[in-house]
Amino acid sequence: MMMSHTVKRPCSFQIGTFMTGKWHRNRYELQKELGFGANGIVYQANSIQGTVAVKFSDNNATIASEVNVLKSFEKAQGDSLGPSLIDVDDYVVNGKVYSFYVMEFIQGDSLLTFLRKRGNEWLNVLSLQMLTQLEQLHDLGWVFGDLKPENLIIQRPEQRIRLIDVGGTTQKGRAIKEYTEYFDRGYWGLGGRKAEPSYDLFSLAMILMTAAYGKRIPKGEGGLKELRERVKEKKELAAIEPVLMKAFAGNYTCAGEMRRDLADIIHRKSSASNRPATVNRSRVQMRKAKGTQKKGRRMAETLFLILLVTVLYAIYMLGLIV
Amino acid sequence: MKTGTVKQILLLTDGCSNRGENPSAMAALAREEGLVVNVIGVMSKDIIDERAMGEIEQIAIAGGGIHQIVYAEQLSQTVQMVTRKAMNETIQGVVNKELQQILGNQLTLEELPPEKRGEIMEVVEDLGETVKMEVLVLVDTSASMKHKLPTVKEALIDLSISLNARSGDNQFAVYIFPGKRAEAELVLDWSPRVESLSRIFEKLTTGGITPTGPAIREAIRHFKDKSSLRRLADDDESYSEETM
Repeated sequence: MMMSHTVKRPCSFQIGTFMTGKWHRNRYELQKELGFGANGIVYQANSIQGTVAVKFSDNNATIASEVNVLKSFEKAQGDSLGPSLIDVDDYVVNGKVYSFYVMEFIQGDSLLTFLRKRGNEWLNVLSLQMLTQLEQLHDLGWVFGDLKPENLIIQRPEQRIRLIDVGGTTQKGRAIKEYTEYFDRGYWGLGGRKAEPSYDLFSLAMILMTAAYGKRIPKGEGGLKELRERVKEKKELAAIEPVLMKAFAGNYTCAGEMRRDLADIIHRKSSASNRPATVNRSRVQMRKAKGTQKKGRRMAETLFLILLVTVLYAIYMLGLIV
Repeated sequence: MKTGTVKQILLLTDGCSNRGENPSAMAALAREEGLVVNVIGVMSKDIIDERAMGEIEQIAIAGGGIHQIVYAEQLSQTVQMVTRKAMNETIQGVVNKELQQILGNQLTLEELPPEKRGEIMEVVEDLGETVKMEVLVLVDTSASMKHKLPTVKEALIDLSISLNARSGDNQFAVYIFPGKRAEAELVLDWSPRVESLSRIFEKLTTGGITPTGPAIREAIRHFKDKSSLRRLADDDESYSEETM
């Protein structure tokens, strides 16, 4: 996207091309271009396994490197991170070798299209989903790197957010392999490009900002002050300001921490607006109940004292008479 | 495998050379000296100069590097991408050469089955993270570049942010051409940081001629001076460029 009008498309093929892999002899029919970026192009293709996505790059080493990442994701427990890997092979045409990998075709809209269709009320739950996935990915030793709305697809029919394009995915502690300026903390003057969980969390906060505005807002001087002003201008952003600002400042060390903070605000907000008194009422009731118990005990004590005094007084009176 | 040094010349220009040696010949000479020449053509929105684009491509091909034409606004990301891509290609070239030595024939990554490539890529990426980088930047300061210079400065500072995120060392040097008194003038000598460029770039006056060839010649000389100095200090191995 970033250099679309300056680069010739890397290795594009005709729609309708039938290709057979050199090593595994699987056959694919290229049906549609799904997207292309700085170092690759992705097609929707037909295969014996049904619809799949096929990625080529102008640099075959890129393919080998992304395959490594996807293989490592397969080791994750539970929900799949990134698209699952189906095949890796070479397509040889006119003596030239084009490496490619085949992955699961994820059907759905990209984040901004989805929100435009379904409304921004989805943003909170999608953020929580994203943070859960980022935490898993970070725990595996990776940082996603090129996190941006175009790389997030809301899968149908589950409405689950999926990360696609692992081109920027980098081992923790190394230099981020690929990024998009607007979602990069270095571009905003708020940190370096070392792969750390906080790098992804900055991008995520920027994605939320872009989603709320419906577009990328132009950058001025950069820095926290400018971002805070933009956050305050939008109601849905202002509501989660502490979380966003902490992510922009790079003060979250892990995705789980940001998820907890965000979940806290979301739940507090929904309970405040939808069930205004539930929480409070039960608290009052508890306090009341505790109060009654205490009062009862106090009354028993008082009764006992009165009785004691009465008995002593009676004895005293008796003594006087005797 | 020993960690060596990747040496690059990065040329930022917007037009045709019109003074001195042929720039492609100078780029070919640089390649002979183990340097890679990358070229970024910085264009204005409305002007695409076919002849300039042709020259840019030829210099990069002769210099074994990468070329890219961009509009000034997209310069930062392009500069860092081209530099890293060229670095990876150099490293892959070295790794491929090692493979050929081990396995005894003309073996490249593509000749291994896909399942075996992963491990090679890990080696390449390890090297990319730790290798020492020396980038000599040549900035065209002819009159038409004047309004693009603030963007060039930003892009170079941005490049240092990207490279300094790696664990390997980085050294940058910057020449402008034409210089005040010479065809090319050194404005920043080898340094891991480029922030000091800000001051220099603000005072810069742009000139009329574009001596691209002489600038590349000067860059080769500067690299040679550095390595001869280093040879006195220690015995450092350097990667020579090798295309895949």
